[in-house]
Amino acid sequence: VVVVCVGGGEMGFKRFVEVGRVVLIEYGAEYGKIAVIADVLDQNKCLVDGPTTGVKRQLICYKRIALLDQVVEIPRGADTAAVKAAAESAKIEETFAATTWGKKHANRKKRALLSDYDRFKLMVARKEKSRLISKEYKKLKKQAAK
Amino acid sequence: MVQVEKPVGGEKNGGKRMVTRPKEAKYYPGEDVAVKRTALVHKAPKLRGSLTPGTVVILLASRFRGRRVVFLKQLDSGTLLVTGPYAINGVPMRRVDARYVIATKTKIDVSAVDVAKFDDAYFKKAAAKKSAGGKKSEEAFFEAEGTEKPKKTLPDSFKADQKAVDASLVKALKSDPLLKCYLKAKFSLTKGQAPHEMVF
Repeated sequence: VVVVCVGGGEMGFKRFVEVGRVVLIEYGAEYGKIAVIADVLDQNKCLVDGPTTGVKRQLICYKRIALLDQVVEIPRGADTAAVKAAAESAKIEETFAATTWGKKHANRKKRALLSDYDRFKLMVARKEKSRLISKEYKKLKKQAAK
Repeated sequence: MVQVEKPVGGEKNGGKRMVTRPKEAKYYPGEDVAVKRTALVHKAPKLRGSLTPGTVVILLASRFRGRRVVFLKQLDSGTLLVTGPYAINGVPMRRVDARYVIATKTKIDVSAVDVAKFDDAYFKKAAAKKSAGGKKSEEAFFEAEGTEKPKKTLPDSFKADQKAVDASLVKALKSDPLLKCYLKAKFSLTKGQAPHEMVF
């Protein structure tokens, strides 16, 4: 009996470590950057390359990367030039930026760079938004009570 | 270092050669003379790049900790001269150590503010008059406990100076109400915030 999980494959996973898988680097000097898996070393590490995003060709362990949805067509062990050409034509950065994950990622980056005054302005904006929502809600509540 | 001609042996070596040697002094004193040191000149230490006049700054210590104030200039002692402005957040013109301050990225135009006359002597507390006896006696101590201490009031000149310095700042902030609210608000850390990870 083969159990097929909802939203997953036979194994219950959707994204696999494979040549061409686009990854997000979650730890280290290249934190937050996108790269492509050029080759797989073993069960712990793979060779990753991101010529269009500033990631040097390097071995990286899976604990430091997050797999994204996109897979790029490259031969196993493709050199940096080939990865660059494939990444450019597949538009890996734009594709990621268009996803919900990509938008949240971009927002988090923006929040980290907010200055003290920006944070104050943000607080004021949130208070104002909450005030407007509350005002409307109270109005509707009053109407419903009638 | 000078070039000195030195004779060189061996028939095929040209007979002489130019050699670099340290220059010899023309005069050596007969007795040992103490070397005179140049007097140490005290200069205010160079401030970190984020602290420029007009920067909004967060005070980390003292009675006004957490307050956002405007940095005006560095005094000769190395301390910073800051002002609330007083009309906005109640912080008067004050000296503050540069190390007890976080500089934010927000800058206000202070070119119209004249702070030339303010220096360390202006802020130094007037030396308290010592009692006539010199020594503290038990009777004098208990006597003093009963009497009312004279109230220390700030001389009007200080208030006038404060107003003069704050005038242009308050005017500029009138046109930017959000910035005015920002200076009124106190800074504090909330859960999850780490100052070493934050941009100010």
